[in-house]
Order: sequence, then structure tokens, then C-alpha cells
Amino acid sequence: MRRWTRKLTLVTGVVTAGALVAACGAGSSREASGGEAGGASDVGITEDTVTIGAHFPLTGVAAPGYSEIPTGMKAYFDYVNAQGGVDGRKIEFVVRDDGYNPTNTSQVTNELVLKDEIFAMVGGLGTPTHAGVVDFLNSEKVPDLFVSSGSIQWGDEPDVKPYTFGWQPDYESEGKIIGQYVAENMPDAKVGLFLQDDDLGRDSEKGVRQFIDDQIVAVERYTSGNTDVAPQIAGLQAKGADLVLSFNTPSYTALSQLVAMKLNYQPQWFYANIGSDPTLVGSLLSKFSEGAVDGASPLDGVLTTEYIAGVDSTEDPWVKLWQKVWDEHGENGELTNYRIYGMAKAYAFVQALMAAGPDPTRDGIVEAVEQWDPATPGPELAPFRFTADSHMGIAGMQVVELKGGAGEPLTPVLTTDIGDAPIEEDTSGQADDAPPASGIPEVEPVG
Amino acid sequence: MPALPARLSRVSESTLLRHLVLALAGMVVIVLVLESTSAFRNGQLTAMAYLGIAAGGLTVLTGLNGQLSLGHGAFMAIGAYTTALFLQDTEPALPVVGVLVVATLVTLLVGAVVGVAAARLHGPYLAGATLALAVAVPGIAVYFTDTLGGEQGLNVLLPEIPDWFADAVFFLTANDMTTTRYVAYIGWIALVLTFVLLANLSRSRVGRTWRAVRDDEVAAEIAGINLARARVLAFVVSTACAGLAGGVMALAVRITAPSGFMLTLSLTLLTAVVLGGLGSLLGALIGAALLTFLPQVATGFGADLGLSDVQSAELAPLAYGLVMMLVILLAPAGIVGSVRGWWARRGTSA
Repeated sequence: MRRWTRKLTLVTGVVTAGALVAACGAGSSREASGGEAGGASDVGITEDTVTIGAHFPLTGVAAPGYSEIPTGMKAYFDYVNAQGGVDGRKIEFVVRDDGYNPTNTSQVTNELVLKDEIFAMVGGLGTPTHAGVVDFLNSEKVPDLFVSSGSIQWGDEPDVKPYTFGWQPDYESEGKIIGQYVAENMPDAKVGLFLQDDDLGRDSEKGVRQFIDDQIVAVERYTSGNTDVAPQIAGLQAKGADLVLSFNTPSYTALSQLVAMKLNYQPQWFYANIGSDPTLVGSLLSKFSEGAVDGASPLDGVLTTEYIAGVDSTEDPWVKLWQKVWDEHGENGELTNYRIYGMAKAYAFVQALMAAGPDPTRDGIVEAVEQWDPATPGPELAPFRFTADSHMGIAGMQVVELKGGAGEPLTPVLTTDIGDAPIEEDTSGQADDAPPASGIPEVEPVG
Repeated sequence: MPALPARLSRVSESTLLRHLVLALAGMVVIVLVLESTSAFRNGQLTAMAYLGIAAGGLTVLTGLNGQLSLGHGAFMAIGAYTTALFLQDTEPALPVVGVLVVATLVTLLVGAVVGVAAARLHGPYLAGATLALAVAVPGIAVYFTDTLGGEQGLNVLLPEIPDWFADAVFFLTANDMTTTRYVAYIGWIALVLTFVLLANLSRSRVGRTWRAVRDDEVAAEIAGINLARARVLAFVVSTACAGLAGGVMALAVRITAPSGFMLTLSLTLLTAVVLGGLGSLLGALIGAALLTFLPQVATGFGADLGLSDVQSAELAPLAYGLVMMLVILLAPAGIVGSVRGWWARRGTSA
């Protein structure tokens, strides 16, 4: 009992001290003493640095492939920094691991914005992960550039999410382009859809159905994380689908191929761009099958789409640049399509930063991206759609057939938009341009 | 001058008063800490608060009643989804406090149903059953995609900070309220309330009953304790805490998605309890603090050493595993348990 009395004396002391500290407060109402701090419009920018950041899955199930994207981005930023940076500022890129878990994404985004004080988020990856932080980024007025996901939600409501921009072609436009290709070239095919049960599957199904609603004989959905897709593939087989349009991630390309082999099911496969990286799928196939299936050869003859030139297009001037950047500034390992994806995104950010002028502000870079000149040379095959009314990314892609790990074009680059926008052949010349000799974009400040 | 000591000793004799005084002191410390740290630390402290609430509930269940639950992540999911469903519009039907109460009650009901079944199970069977729950519950959200948002989950729209609250805090501290700090306050107030209730409960007849059931079932039954009732009650109390924790988590994370409630969450809670010391609320809080701050510190340490991003990210689970092994090897009673043991030994030898 005496011990407790002693402790209580201490506690009382603490409470009194606390009350004293609290008494140092305003002691008046908020309205009385106004005076808000001015908008810190250039957080993350110093005389010689620009700090940006993003969340990526560096560990966990989504890490294979995706964890290579930031290494590509970093390599390109290092390349730019080695040549003096942008307007004398070096780009510092902070990467935080969220393990593809939205709870972690929210924590690391807090860390990036509030502790690392990034100027902008560039390339945050994943639909469910990024969806949880979009509101936070917009309410903090942090530019949220070039989200690494094709969900349409990054770009279709710029008035609600004024700081968020997409980058890759959205899933709905991709669905439309694939749908039209099938309607024109395989009008007799019995089409089965294999869909990931989220924005990826939903947005693309909407696009596909605009063109081949009556050709679809079966629709199967899987949940990301559940690795047993045998019922879905068997369902497609049972309905007699002889053309399967698959909107899934790379792991599920490998899984669906393995199950189809087991079931002796041999339809024509058409994988959306996101799930068709031959190298990654090849390595996943050999891993999942414990070596029984080797290399990317099972994907030969598979149809897919492309919106940036891949690592196998060794003659492409952009790929030559990426190879040079990777050789000079890359980490261990080979140049991969994921690293190219990262570099192309980094290239777009450098363009945006240049367009924002010598004294970039957060609002300034958003304005600069909204005034993007579609004719600016860039690695993307089709131009960006950025305007004040749309924050959607690359406008289109081409249909290709995979042969020996490389894509052979079956169509010219086609562009479109969400909704009932028509599909047109791209005439902007984006697909045929080349980077400047320095490998660094040449963009004039806007406005 | 016998008045003050006498009054103080009366306070120290009354469990409730003692806990209330501690809670008040805790609140003062919380206000000081939240107001003097950055917004980022506020965010981390919120995470510590919701992990602490859930771990507090779990430590009562496991430490006092001897039931092992591997499914508390699932109950957090129920609390979080209830909260998220209420906070879909900018003008929610209930104020935040009301939403959290409803989330706690809904989880409590589910916990009661599960608890009735769980009371019949022992040891590994109970662990197995709750494990199944942890695996199954995220699946429900995926199955009812239309209402529960499927794999992408539900976004949580945080209602405006009530003016009276912002005014009150401003009156005390002269700081303007930010959303992050507001949620941190909600989390810590919830934690203090929960801990006062749990501490009182464990010192009361109910707590003694739970301990009796844990220590010797036969003796407890002979003493007239209804085993099943005691077990169900402990389970229900514990799940209510998990539900409240889930609600705070939904507010803090602003999205409720199945991937946030995987089995790892349940195991994380158990880790917090074991690290801190089984059965101790203070231990649960220390465990929650370790789990919140350790990964970030480890990753930062890796980055300072010049490791690549991937390597630093992989350092976090490594540090986590090492700390776990060290605690089990060197302080098998957990941090608080070992310190107490050391304190007691010191007391007897002196």
C-alpha cells in the first residue's frame, strides 16, 4: 500500500506537470487567432535536389517483376543526374516497400509525404494499394504522377483527383482495341474471358463487350491470391471457347498455361499487356512446374498488346538508350521489360519536371502535365491524353503476336479513349520517334 | 497531516480510482506526445494504438484465460469493414464515435457466436478453428464484391473533424488540428478507454475467474465456476477489442481491403503479445510499439548502410525475426514479464 502511495505521488506530479504544460496552450478559441501558414508550394525542392518517391512491392508475392520497376527508374534518374540533373537539380528517388498490402501502402505513403517530404509521388504501383492513398495525396496536394496501374480511376475524374495522373493505357481502352481486333480478324471465334476480379477485369470486360458481346461464350473470374485456377480454365474448356482473352497478372498467365496443359486445352490465347511479359512468365512457368516446362516457348503464338518497345526490339532507338543507361547506371542483373517500363516512366517525369520550369512547384508540375504536347518525342508508341479534362495516360497500343519472346506487330498503333470514343490509327508519329542524342528529353517550360 | 496520505491510500486501494488516475496521466502524456511530434510520427502512433488495442484484447484472452486465438485479424476485419460501410458518404449516418461503437458491437456479436463454439475447444483445436476464421473472413469480402468491394476493398471517407474537438484541442495546445492527428487522438483515446476497462476487468471477480479457469479447470469447476461461461465471456471481450482496433485501423488506413487482413495480421498480434509479455497490458503496448517502429527503423538502417532498396526492405522481416528469437531465448516471459521477474528477485535478495 505504501508503494502505491509513493507511485501515486509520482503520478500526481506528472499530472500537475502535464496540466501546467497544457496551460501553456492558446487558452482561446481558434477563430480568435487566425493566421494560417502559407502554402508550401515547393516541398521537396532545394537548390540542387528534387526529392520524389513511390511505393512498390519489393517483398512478397507481387515482388517478382514489379520490384524491378524502381531499379529501372533509379538507373535513368542516375543517368540524368550524371549529366547535371534537371535545371541543376539532382533527382533523388525514395522507394518504399509496401509488400502490395494497402495497410502498408498507407503507412509508407505517410512516411514519404510527411517525413521524407517528397515533391511528388511518381509511379506508385498497384490498384488496391494506390487507391487507399489517392485521397490523402490529393488532400495534401502532392502531385501523384504516372500511377503504375491501368485502372481508369486515376484519370477519369480530374476534378475529384486533380493531382493524380495515369500513365499506361487504361484497361478499358485496351479491352476495346482487343475487342475490335477480334471482331475484325476472328469473327467466328467462340470467345472466353479469363478475368482478374478487380478493376483490371472489370474495366477491360467493359471495353471488350463493346465489340464482341455476342461472340463471348464464357466468362470466368479469379481472385488474385487464390492460385487454383483449374475450375475457371475447365469452365472455359467446357463452354467450348476456342479464343481466350485473358486480363490477368503474369503469375496467372503462367498458372493458366500450366492448367491448360494439364487439361489438354489448346485455345488461341490472347493475354493483355500486363500479363504477357515472356521472360517473367517463362521463369514463373519453370518455377511453378518445378522445371517441367522450360523457357518462354509456351507463349509462342500467343497474342498480346504493346505500348512501349520491349527488350527484344534491340534495333529500337529507345531500347538502345535503355540498354546504354542500364549498362552505365544499372544494378546487377539484365535489362528487363519491367526496367524499361520504369525507365520510360522516369523519362516522362523528367519531361514533366522540365516543362514545369526552372522553379517547379507542385501545382506548376500538375499544370505542365495537363498542357502536355502530344507531339513531344517519348518512348511510348502512342501519345499521352493529358489535358485539364483528362488525366488518362498513353492513348493506345498495337496488337502483336509473340514469337521467340519478341512481339511481331499485327496492327498499326491504334488509339482510343474510354467510353465510346472511336478507335483510330495513330498518326502522331510517336511510334517512330527517337530520343535526343544525349538521352535526356528536350522540353521547353510551358506557360 | 494525515489527510493527504490517507486520501491517497484510499485512491490506491480502489482499483477503479487507481486506474482512472493512471488513465488521466496517460492522456496528458498522449496529448503532449501527439502535439510535439510530426504528422508522420502521429500516423505511426495511430498504428501503434490500433495494434495495442487488439493486442491488449488478445493478451487478456491468452494470458488470463489461456485461450489461444490465431483469428484476431479476422475480428479486426469485421470491425474495419463495419466502419468502412458506415463511412462511404461525406455525410455519414453516425458520428465517428458512434461508428466505432457499432463496429465494436457487431464484432462482439460475431465474437459471441464464435466464442460459444470456441468454448468447447482446447489448445491446438481452438488455434485451428480460429486460424480457419482468419483465412476465411477475407474471402467473404471477395465473395460479396458488390457490397464489400472485393479485392480492391472499400475506401473510407473520413468525416470532417468536429469543431468542438478541434476547438478543445486548440484551447489546450494552440495547435491546429490535422486529420492525421485527429485520427491519432481517436486511436489513443480508444486505447486508454479499452485498457481501463480491461485492467478493471482483470482485477475484478471476472478476472479472477478467468485465471482460475486457466490454471486448473477441475479446481475452478469444483469452486463453482461455469467454465464455458467464463471462456465465452473472455472471448467476447477480446473480440470486442479487436473490433474496435479494426475500426480505428480503417480510419487510419482509409481503405479496408482483404489483403490488409491476411493471416500475417493475426500472427503479428500474437507476436506483439508474446514480445511484450503474456497477460500484461503494458506488455501488449510495448509489443505494439516494437511492431510499429521496428520495420521502419530496420529499413532506414539498411538504407544508411548503403544497401539497395530491396535489400533494406528485406531487412525489416529479418530484424523482426531476430528480435523475436532473442526475446524467446533471453526473456521467455516477454519484456514486461522478465523485467517484473528481475524486479521481484532483486526485491527478495535485498
